[in-house]
Amino acid sequence: MSDPGPLVPRNRAVHPPAFHADYKTSITRSPNLPLLSLESGPSEETGPVFGHDKIGALDNNLILNWSKGLAPAIGERILMHGRVLDENNRPVRGTLVEIWQANAGGRYRHKKDTYLAPLDPNFGGCGRTLTDDDGRYQFLTIRPGAYPWPNHGNDWRPMHIHVSLYGHSFGQRLITQMYFEGDPLIERCAIAASVRDHSHLDRLVAPLDMASARPHDFLAYKFDIVLRGRRQTMFENRPEGM
Amino acid sequence: MAQHLNCLYETPSQTAGPFVHIGLMPTYAGNPNCYQQEIGVSPISGEAKGEFIEIAGCVYDGTGWALRDALIESWQPDASGKFPGQEGADPAVSGLCRFATDAVTGEFLLRTIKPGPVPSRFSKPFAPHISLWIVARGINIGLQTRIYFEDEDNSQDPLLARIEQRPRVDTLIAKKIEDGKYRFDIRLQGEGETVFLDI
Repeated sequence: MSDPGPLVPRNRAVHPPAFHADYKTSITRSPNLPLLSLESGPSEETGPVFGHDKIGALDNNLILNWSKGLAPAIGERILMHGRVLDENNRPVRGTLVEIWQANAGGRYRHKKDTYLAPLDPNFGGCGRTLTDDDGRYQFLTIRPGAYPWPNHGNDWRPMHIHVSLYGHSFGQRLITQMYFEGDPLIERCAIAASVRDHSHLDRLVAPLDMASARPHDFLAYKFDIVLRGRRQTMFENRPEGM
Repeated sequence: MAQHLNCLYETPSQTAGPFVHIGLMPTYAGNPNCYQQEIGVSPISGEAKGEFIEIAGCVYDGTGWALRDALIESWQPDASGKFPGQEGADPAVSGLCRFATDAVTGEFLLRTIKPGPVPSRFSKPFAPHISLWIVARGINIGLQTRIYFEDEDNSQDPLLARIEQRPRVDTLIAKKIEDGKYRFDIRLQGEGETVFLDI
């Protein structure tokens, strides 16, 4: 079997720095010393594989999955969909996409969330699916509410959905957040602002996608995701003595 | 002007936040039965070959406080150094584990088997190690590091060899407490800061 090549080194310029003073918690949780850079090896180039046997029929339907199909969650019904690609513009097939989010009032179903907005008895707030052969995924869910968080005196998170991916290898591991086009809180959010270059922050904002909205049922937002790629060249010279 | 490269930029990371557990460890978050089968509950099943080990530790911030809300993922090969999916890999080793630092004590515990050495593109293989990926509120992009073992020969490992300040090598080496039990503390910042990886 031919070597599919090492992972393309991560372009750290697109990512938030570990230390972002406006996001106060990052001040004590960010390494001071430089990361140790090394070409990837098997530990980064392999990764967990999840089969369809693990995924339940309602796992990507957050409107119904918490009640096991008995009663729908409260909120604006939306389709969240898109493609998972790698840096070489190839679809990432059969890969796990996991999401979690607050309910329509901005409250998470987590034992440590004490926000005064009520829990929705029919909303859990997590889902998962596998991409198809074109790298496509979709979730049916409700639009999450904005919510306050302790950072500066009056900080609010914009509406967002957390997204977790593996690609095909542990070195491609990525967690990010999808924001919604037109939300005025994005520009006021210290976490969103941790992405230094606004053109890269824009790539976290999903546009309204009326072509995928279903009349009299749900609106749609399209969110494409790009993971690290692999370098494929004919010339692989190995450094000596390492 | 030049030709246009048909390459894409990786999607920027955003913090996993304080409620990451509802998405990745729903039972831990207080939501059991969310999924029929939760992912990463254990990296091994009962019949896995090799030495059964436990690794305990804390994740400390720059003030020395142990994080109560971190989530860690581990990824490793089987006792012979083969990863799931590779030819001859132990089918009882799934390789992935998700575990949290305890909400009260800050301690984590990983129960697994000791992995074997792994081949590399360098001239020497990697000594036995477990890869870690750490996320939490305040961590803007997942932190990568590795657990090596005090009672293995780490002298030829190509990654450890790259660490210029030799005392820092110790930050990646789990201390043996007793047979089958190790301690591995992670320091995000400051004195004794763990070596984090860009790999």
